[in-house]
Amino acid sequence: MGLTYRDYLREELFPQMWCAGCSHGISLTAVARAMAALKLDPAETVVVTGIGCWGKADDYFKTHSFHGTHGRALSFATGIKVANPRLKVLVLMGDGDGVTIGGNHFIHTARRNIDVTAVITNNFNYGMTGGQYSSSSPEGTISTTSLYGTAEPGFDICELARAAGATYVARTTPYHVTQMDKLLAEAIQHKGFSVVEIISSCPTFFARYNYKVTAVEMMRLFKERAVDRERYDALTAAEKAGCFLTGRLHREEKEDFHTKYARLQQQAKARAEREVV
Amino acid sequence: MILQKKPESRLMQGNEACAEGAIAAGANFYAGYPITPSTEIAEIAARRLPETGGRFIQMEDEIGGMAAVIGAAIGGAKAFTATSGPGFSLKQENIGYAIMAEIPCVIVNVQRLGPSTGVATAPAQGDVMQARWGTHGDHPVIAFSPSSVRETFDLTVKAFNLSEKLRQPVIILLDEIVGHMRENIIVPAPESLEIVNRERPADGVDYKPYADDREVSPLASFGDGHFFNITGLFHDEQGFPTTDPIRVKNQLLRLHQKVENHRDEIIITEEFGTEDAVLTVVCYGCSARSARQAVKLAREEGLPVGFFRTATIWPFPYEKIAALTRSARTLLVPEMNMGQLIAEVERAVKGRAEVAGANRFDGELITPQEILVRIKELI
Repeated sequence: MGLTYRDYLREELFPQMWCAGCSHGISLTAVARAMAALKLDPAETVVVTGIGCWGKADDYFKTHSFHGTHGRALSFATGIKVANPRLKVLVLMGDGDGVTIGGNHFIHTARRNIDVTAVITNNFNYGMTGGQYSSSSPEGTISTTSLYGTAEPGFDICELARAAGATYVARTTPYHVTQMDKLLAEAIQHKGFSVVEIISSCPTFFARYNYKVTAVEMMRLFKERAVDRERYDALTAAEKAGCFLTGRLHREEKEDFHTKYARLQQQAKARAEREVV
Repeated sequence: MILQKKPESRLMQGNEACAEGAIAAGANFYAGYPITPSTEIAEIAARRLPETGGRFIQMEDEIGGMAAVIGAAIGGAKAFTATSGPGFSLKQENIGYAIMAEIPCVIVNVQRLGPSTGVATAPAQGDVMQARWGTHGDHPVIAFSPSSVRETFDLTVKAFNLSEKLRQPVIILLDEIVGHMRENIIVPAPESLEIVNRERPADGVDYKPYADDREVSPLASFGDGHFFNITGLFHDEQGFPTTDPIRVKNQLLRLHQKVENHRDEIIITEEFGTEDAVLTVVCYGCSARSARQAVKLAREEGLPVGFFRTATIWPFPYEKIAALTRSARTLLVPEMNMGQLIAEVERAVKGRAEVAGANRFDGELITPQEILVRIKELI
């Protein structure tokens, strides 16, 4: 079709609504580039979001778009995909939507191996409501609801996804745009539940409260702290805590829910036909 | 199981009639979470839908079940879910979403005794107001409350038809009595049923899913080739968010008007003996069965008692109730709760008649004798 990434975006709405220095714009165009690279038909593509900063991303896509309730994006997406398996469904969620309020739906979507792609921008806090901690905030996080630091550890989203049954899992950062493009395209192409976690900067809240750095310095931090599997495995536990393990972390071929269900449906139909007198 | 192609008399449970009515109406998607006393609906949907080319998915909770129903509906399916009080509470946020985004779907609530976990296997009519105001904000609601197995079948078909026509979720408030009761019913032949399918936009038109100048716009499915946004935010004609006060106000007014404009089609009532009654019993759902018998017994004793039953809880038939006071000076409202719909009856009569309740809320069916005693006290 010869579409470029710009053909998937409603650029007339730009500039984007996100804060100066927020990395969501980088992630947004990376998703659009992956769509273009895979030549996705916009008429067969659905972008589903929940609530939050990244939850506003659906507004910017020229595909079908669905902006659901907080935490339930994967359940809406499950309904869309199960009702019409032909559609390519991308689910854009933050760490709040994805693994906090929506944590239950996340593990069950992974377990079922529903053929949708979750793109989770993880900025370790609730940006939209002014910087409260989420279930991915590391222990000790300073936020507007944890002035003395959090007393709870954060989820490792990729480990959670893999343990729950996701068949494609990857992590990247907004500094590693080439890698982000590649992983997103791989994930979207993957048959089964795929998860790409994008470690993200919230310069307005999380970065300011915790790293006490600017948006530019956050990018430098992503550059320095992102390590691949080989380097990561050689680190001590203390060193690992300050790093982001990036790259494709898991991929397996496993029949997805829709393929299995279609087979059961055929069996049920055949049985019903036999029984009609 | 032997499937008959011809209409037949069948001994059927209310929950079964609900599931069969849904399938007869063209339902091809179910998502939900099992809960007593509604579970048979899920079980029947799980067996029957794949046989007829439909799909069933058991979700991880009721919230996900309601979300999947909405997703499936915009994917082109006729979708429904069933639950009971605690699960109905969990579905509320997404029911509001479906009202706001105008997504057709059907939600069945087989009421049980609450509050909270209550008595899971006992009947009640305690969710009348939850059906009306359970989700936040001002919103229109359509809710039916059948009193028999056959009526459950018919109202389920009607619920799907109205939801497709008006792009409005429709609630069926069953209760444990009607849901689990078995009656011999004639299942209507499929060709005898009027089935309504949502209007779809023509190819190539400049499609607006929320056109300002239409009461209800056609609804395209994802994958149909029309591009638009679906959101729970107030939105413009294409479905994209807006905070413009004029748009916000007009959208909310239109949502209400599309239901109000079809009141006559939505509201189903039956009555007898009301034209010369001194006291009329106003009832709905399972307690209407006892009320009918009580009125019959009273009239056999020569008492001037009328019977008025509404199968439509929301919108409420205010005008018809008000008309009852032309003859009756007392309206008796039996309910299996501490008095919910009685307040709407009071709103309807505006003091022109005495309004009294006959209430039972211990998990046992209110009996005709109990209602008869109240009739004699009040007449």
